Amino acid sequence: MKKSVFLGTLAVAGLAAGFASAQTLAEVQARGSLNCGVTTGLTGFAAPNASGEWEGFDVGLCRAVAAAIFGDATAVEFVPTTGQTRFTALASGEVDMLARNTTWTFSRDVDLAFEFVGVNYYDGQGFMVPRALNVSSAMELDGATVCIQTGTTTELNLADFFSSNNMSYEPVPIETNAEAQQQYLAGACDVYTTDASGLAATRATFEDPSAHVVLPEIVSKEPLGPLVRHGDNEWADIVRWTLNALIAAEELGITSANVNELAAGTENPEINRILGTEGDLGAMLGLDAAWARNAIAAVGNYGELFESNIGENTPIGLARGLNAQWTDGGLLYSPPFR
Amino acid sequence: MTAMTDPPNEGFRLSQLIYDTRYRSMTIQAVAFMLIMAGIIWLANNTVQNLSALGKDFDFGFLWSRAGYDINQRLIEYSNDSTHGRAAMVGIANTLLVAVLGCVLATLLGVIAGVLRLSKNWVVARLMTFYVEGFRNIPLLLWIIVIFAVMTESTPQPRDFREGGTASMILNDTVAITNRGIFIPNPVWGEGSGALIAIFLASLVGIWAFRRYARKLQEQTGQILPVLWVSLGLFFAPVILAYFILGRPVTLIYPELGGFNFTGGIQVRNSLIALWIALSLYTGAFIAEVVRAGILSVSRGQTEAAFALGIQPSRTMNLVILPQALRVIIPPLISQYLNLTKNSSLALAVGYMDVRSTLGGITINQTGRELEGMLLLGVFYLITSLIISSAMNLYNNSVKLKER
Repeated sequence: MKKSVFLGTLAVAGLAAGFASAQTLAEVQARGSLNCGVTTGLTGFAAPNASGEWEGFDVGLCRAVAAAIFGDATAVEFVPTTGQTRFTALASGEVDMLARNTTWTFSRDVDLAFEFVGVNYYDGQGFMVPRALNVSSAMELDGATVCIQTGTTTELNLADFFSSNNMSYEPVPIETNAEAQQQYLAGACDVYTTDASGLAATRATFEDPSAHVVLPEIVSKEPLGPLVRHGDNEWADIVRWTLNALIAAEELGITSANVNELAAGTENPEINRILGTEGDLGAMLGLDAAWARNAIAAVGNYGELFESNIGENTPIGLARGLNAQWTDGGLLYSPPFR
Repeated sequence: MTAMTDPPNEGFRLSQLIYDTRYRSMTIQAVAFMLIMAGIIWLANNTVQNLSALGKDFDFGFLWSRAGYDINQRLIEYSNDSTHGRAAMVGIANTLLVAVLGCVLATLLGVIAGVLRLSKNWVVARLMTFYVEGFRNIPLLLWIIVIFAVMTESTPQPRDFREGGTASMILNDTVAITNRGIFIPNPVWGEGSGALIAIFLASLVGIWAFRRYARKLQEQTGQILPVLWVSLGLFFAPVILAYFILGRPVTLIYPELGGFNFTGGIQVRNSLIALWIALSLYTGAFIAEVVRAGILSVSRGQTEAAFALGIQPSRTMNLVILPQALRVIIPPLISQYLNLTKNSSLALAVGYMDVRSTLGGITINQTGRELEGMLLLGVFYLITSLIISSAMNLYNNSVKLKER
């Protein structure tokens, strides 16, 4: 009896060890869907629409990865995570990737053992106040009560900003964007601070957006990007190059409308390589040759994704700014597909 | 040939471990022990393996590094330059504050509701039933959020208190109720306030000594002294007298609207109030049931006997029923106090910065030390609970049936 218990213990321990080193791609393929961690709801970036389907800029990236793997952009399970739960969810394997307005920082990359695979939105922390307060600069916020999402870099930036300017403030810690919105609108805090894109997205959902102003100061660098666990480089490559494919597609003029036409073969060898008509980039990733073609067909290129979710023609109305292609003076620059 | 036979002196056989009652229990215990140890070793081993697979180490060094975040409610000195360990201490102080406040209010509510539920007045009894069943059967988290939402939405913003605003301060402009909390006057301890505090402490000792004397006198002679009135007198009179004699050493700074918010007073934050009230109402409902059970456990004959001896109803409660009921009430009451303390970890829902929110929330999130942080949290709650239950056990020993 003791022997069988011992053997059982060994077997279970072996299973646990096996799980820890399993390859994420194989797991995702066996499961048949991608588990993607997103916010609990930030309009334009990740929020369920009226029919309950997730949509948004970050959601688009999840769908692109799913399309690259399965050829099916709907093979995604969206897992809503808060600022506090996101890293545990990723570290524990509950999600395969996070696309959740997460700032790329040194300690998260190195100490928390995550792998940021790129930047899909260059952002910075801003402040929003009601217009009625007649505040025109963040330097006038001495003594203000500030709503802030806990477990974020904004929390640390806020402390640094106020102490370096010798100002005092009262933090009101809050779990999710929805709660922050409710507290801010009720006047329980004077100021709401988060990434400027998040402020724009939040303001767009207000009954009267014009009653609130986003102050001009941007107090930090917030490169937001998708991330995966450390240690599974093949999986990181898939997410990284899916993002790069979307960015390169915009640069090369591949859109969801013309991708199938271009996939028949073009004069441009780089387009041919991306779309799988030339070379074997897909096989190098362990994916189908049409991986990038499927991703672009499903969600469009980076520019399309931006314009349809958060661009100037949407209620959120963000300008491309830093997030324009490098050829247009922005920071988006995909390494070559070769 | 002898009639007596010695027991056969056979050697020890392995089968005796199972079939011989002398050894069987030992065998079972040994096997169970080994199974449990194997389980623990497997868990520990699994943890170590998975941590190393994730590339993480096990280190409490983060407690001494700079926290970098701010906490709104600080009972002890703290700034964003303090360490994560210090932030945890701030959280612990906040947890203990709401736990103590909650236990006191819950006991008051529970005793009142429990006694009133036994009332012969139909309306009062039904109202208390309504309270008990309402709070006992709806999750605590909902109550916390509901109370917080009501307080945030139904009270005015600080800027409504400005000239021409819709809100005004109450109690002669000393207290402001806003949706960020209640601002109350802040006492300033001037010269001579040390003496005032000493006098207050001395009057507490006086009350205790007088009650002791009164009890002794009653046991010896049967004479009953007016304990309540003397206690109240001793509580207020010396302090108030000394306050004026010492030349009003304690002054109050009243909250004033300045800039974005009220300044000068003490801010009792909505998160604290919501958490405190919700915890008290919820646990109070359970305590009410405990109290009711305790009172019902004292047989009706005791009351009748007391009445037959001509003891007044209020004295019957104090001298006959409650001392016997307490024996039944105290042990489950300990559990309720422990529950309340542990339930205070729901504070995060309203942004109250207890130890779960600082050490177990922001610190874990900023440093990525989930395992270490959660272990420390577990140890903290364990120690706190053990202290509460041993203190209550001391009290229980003093009221329990003494067998002579």
